[in-house]
Amino acid sequence: MTFRARHLLGIEQLSPDEIVTVLDLADRYVDLNRRTVKQSDVLAGLTQINMFFENSTRTQASFELAGKRLGADVMNMSVAQSSVKKGETLIDTAMTLNAMRPDLLVVRHPSSGAVNLLASKVNCAVLNAGDGRHEHPTQALLDALTIRRAKGRAQRLTVAICGDIAHSRVARSNLILLGKMENRLRLIAPPTLMPPGVEDFGCELYDDMEKGLEGADVVMMLRLQKERMDGGFIPSEREYYHRYGLDAEKLSFAKPDAIVMHPGPMNRGVEIDGELADDINRSVIQEQVEMGVAVRMACMDLLARNLRAERGRAAVGVMV
Amino acid sequence: MTLHLTNARLIDPEALTDATGSLTIDNGVIVAINAAAPKSATLLDCGGMCLAPGIVDWGVKIGEPGERHRESFRSAGLAAAAGGVTTIVARPDTSPAIDTPETLEFVTRRAAESVVRIRHMAALTKGRLGDEMTEIGFLRDAGAVAFTDVFHVSTNTKALARALSYARSLGALIVCHPQEPGLSAGAAATNSKFASLRGLPGVSPMAERIGLDRDLGLIEMTGARYHADQITTARSLPALERAKANGLDVTAGVSIHHLTLNELDVGDYRTFFKMTPPLRSEDDRLAMVQAVADGLIDVIASFHTPADEESKRLPFEEAASGAVGLQTLLPAAMRLYHAGAVSLPQLFRALALNPAKRLGLPQGRLGEGAPADLVLFDPDAPFLLDRFTLKSKSKNTPFDGQRMEGKVLATWVGGTQVFQAD
Repeated sequence: MTFRARHLLGIEQLSPDEIVTVLDLADRYVDLNRRTVKQSDVLAGLTQINMFFENSTRTQASFELAGKRLGADVMNMSVAQSSVKKGETLIDTAMTLNAMRPDLLVVRHPSSGAVNLLASKVNCAVLNAGDGRHEHPTQALLDALTIRRAKGRAQRLTVAICGDIAHSRVARSNLILLGKMENRLRLIAPPTLMPPGVEDFGCELYDDMEKGLEGADVVMMLRLQKERMDGGFIPSEREYYHRYGLDAEKLSFAKPDAIVMHPGPMNRGVEIDGELADDINRSVIQEQVEMGVAVRMACMDLLARNLRAERGRAAVGVMV
Repeated sequence: MTLHLTNARLIDPEALTDATGSLTIDNGVIVAINAAAPKSATLLDCGGMCLAPGIVDWGVKIGEPGERHRESFRSAGLAAAAGGVTTIVARPDTSPAIDTPETLEFVTRRAAESVVRIRHMAALTKGRLGDEMTEIGFLRDAGAVAFTDVFHVSTNTKALARALSYARSLGALIVCHPQEPGLSAGAAATNSKFASLRGLPGVSPMAERIGLDRDLGLIEMTGARYHADQITTARSLPALERAKANGLDVTAGVSIHHLTLNELDVGDYRTFFKMTPPLRSEDDRLAMVQAVADGLIDVIASFHTPADEESKRLPFEEAASGAVGLQTLLPAAMRLYHAGAVSLPQLFRALALNPAKRLGLPQGRLGEGAPADLVLFDPDAPFLLDRFTLKSKSKNTPFDGQRMEGKVLATWVGGTQVFQAD
C-alpha cells in the first residue's frame, strides 16, 4: 500500500501506485456503504470542516456523508454567504478556521489554485473539492473506480471525454488520471470549448462526435458550464445538442458495451439525451454518485493515517 | 573635486567596447578616458571590476501620489542606487494619474527625496482613460519626457489618433502598451498547455501582435514618435522589424523578467511571477534575448511595480500583477551575459544608452562630457537573493531565494557617490 500525500490537491501530485491504493480501499468502503449499518470509527475524534466558497449540493453532501460514516465530527461552512462578503481574505478565513484545529479541511473555491494557497497556510490535511478550472481530484478518482468496476480495469481503455473541456476541472483531473493509468484519451468538443494548448496534451482531438466516439470503451460527458462562460462559446443550446449532445444514435459509434458517464448535474437535452442518461444498461451515472462517497471515505482515511503518523513523529521529536 | 578611477573594465555601449582603462571625473562630468591622473585627483583603484554608465530604468512605478506605503521616491531612490540605476523614468499610473502640470509639479518636488535622478512620464489622456488628450504642451514644458497611459490600452482609436497627431507637432514621444484589450480581457497567463492544466485563463500571444499592428498603423498615419513599452512574443518581431526598416520613428522595450523567466516559473500559482503581460513560453523568451542582442529591441527595463503582501497573497487570478526590479535588474541581466547571449556593452546599450538617447537625456554614455552617472560592479560575484534585504518598501521579487551573479559595488550620480556595497 502506497499513499504518501499530506493533502489531496490534485491528481497531478499522485503516483499511479497511490491512485490504485485509493481505489482498492474505496472498493472496501463500497461494501461498507451497502450494509444497513454503515459505521466505522477510523476518523473518530477527528474534526472535518467542509468549506465551500462556491455553491454545491452533491459534492458537499457526499463529503459530509463520507466523514460521518467514518465517525468524524463534520461541520459545514457555507463561506459563500458569510465572512467573504464582509471583505475577509481567503487567507484570513483559513487562519481563523485553522485556529479551531480541524484535522481535515474540504475546500471548494471558484479560483484556480486557491486550495493550494490555502493548504500552504494551515496545518491539517486539505482536500480539494474543486478549484476554479484547475482540478477536482475526488471526481476523477470516483470516475476511475466506476470504470474499474464496470470494465474490470482502469487501464488500456479508449476513453472519450466530450463537451465543455475548456471550463471543466473534472476534465483536467480525469485526463491526468487516465493518462497516468495508460489509457487512450480522446477529447471531443467544438474548438471554442477546447482549452488553449490542447494539442500538446497528448490526447487525440476531435470536433466531430461520431468519429471521436468510434471504438470508445467509455464515454464521459461533461456539463456545459454556463456559469463559467463569458458569452458566445456556442451559437445555441439546440445546435450544441444537435452536434455534441449524446443520444443513442451517436453512442452507436462507440463499442457496443461502452459505458456512459456524467459528473452531474446534468443538463438533459443539452449535452445528453434524458432517456439515455436513465438507461441502466449503458449509463453508470448513478454508480458514479455511489462511488463518490466511497472514494471520499478512502481519501480521508488515507490522509488521516498520514496526519496521525506525522503528528506522532512530531510528538517524539523525529525530523519530518 | 576630481576623481580618477583606475584599473577598471570600461563598458562603453556606444563604441561597444569592453577594455581595461581609467576614467576621470570632475565637477560631475566625465572629463577624460584613459588619461593620466591629474595631480589633485583622488585615486580609486577599481580592481579590474566593470565600470559602466548608470542604468536608465524606463517605466518605474513609484507610489506617489496615492500608494506611498508601497514605494516612495526616497525608498525607490535607495533601491535604484543599490541596483546601479542612476536615472528612474517614472510612470504616471499613480492615483491620481499624472495628467496635469500641477500633479507633475507635485511629483517633481517630491522626487527631490531620491538619491538618483528621477524623470517623469505624463499621462497621454486624462485619467489614463484613453478619451481626451492631456495638456501635452504644458506637461512637456514642465518636464515630462514622454507620454503614456501605461497598461491602459485605449479602444477609442479616434481619440488616440488625435493625441498622436497633436503630440507629433510637439515632437513628443508616445509610449504605448501593445495589446488587443478585448482578446486579453481577464487573462492571467499566456495560452499554453501549462496555463490550461493550471486552469488559468490565458491570452494568445497574438493579442500583442494585433495591438502592435494597430499602433504601427496609427504611427504611419500620424507620424508620431513611438515607443512600444514591452515586446514579449516572437510573433511581434517581424512587424517591429518592418516598421523600423520602413523608416517609422519607432523603438521598443522589453522587461528583464520576460528575458530571464518563462511561464513555467509560475509553478504552483506563485503570484510574484504574475506580470503584465504574462510571462511567455521559453521560445518567446529566447527570441527576445536574440532581439536584444541584434538591437531590434532597443531597451531593457525593470518595469518595477511595487505590490504589498496583501495584494499578492491571493488566488492567482485575483492577485496584483507586477514585480519590483530596480535592485535586481543588473544581476538578472548578468544571466544573459553569463549565458553568452549578450555582451556587456550590448547589455548597457539597452540598459543605459538607448533609453537615454530616446528620451533626449545626456546620460547613458561613457565618454568625455557625459554626466558622471556610473555603476561599478562585479559581474561574477555570486549571492543568494533574500527579498527582505531589498531596499524597496515592497518585496515582491520573483528572484527571491534564487542564485544570482553580479553585484553592484558602487554607484555615482553626477559624480557624487550614492551607493557603496558593504
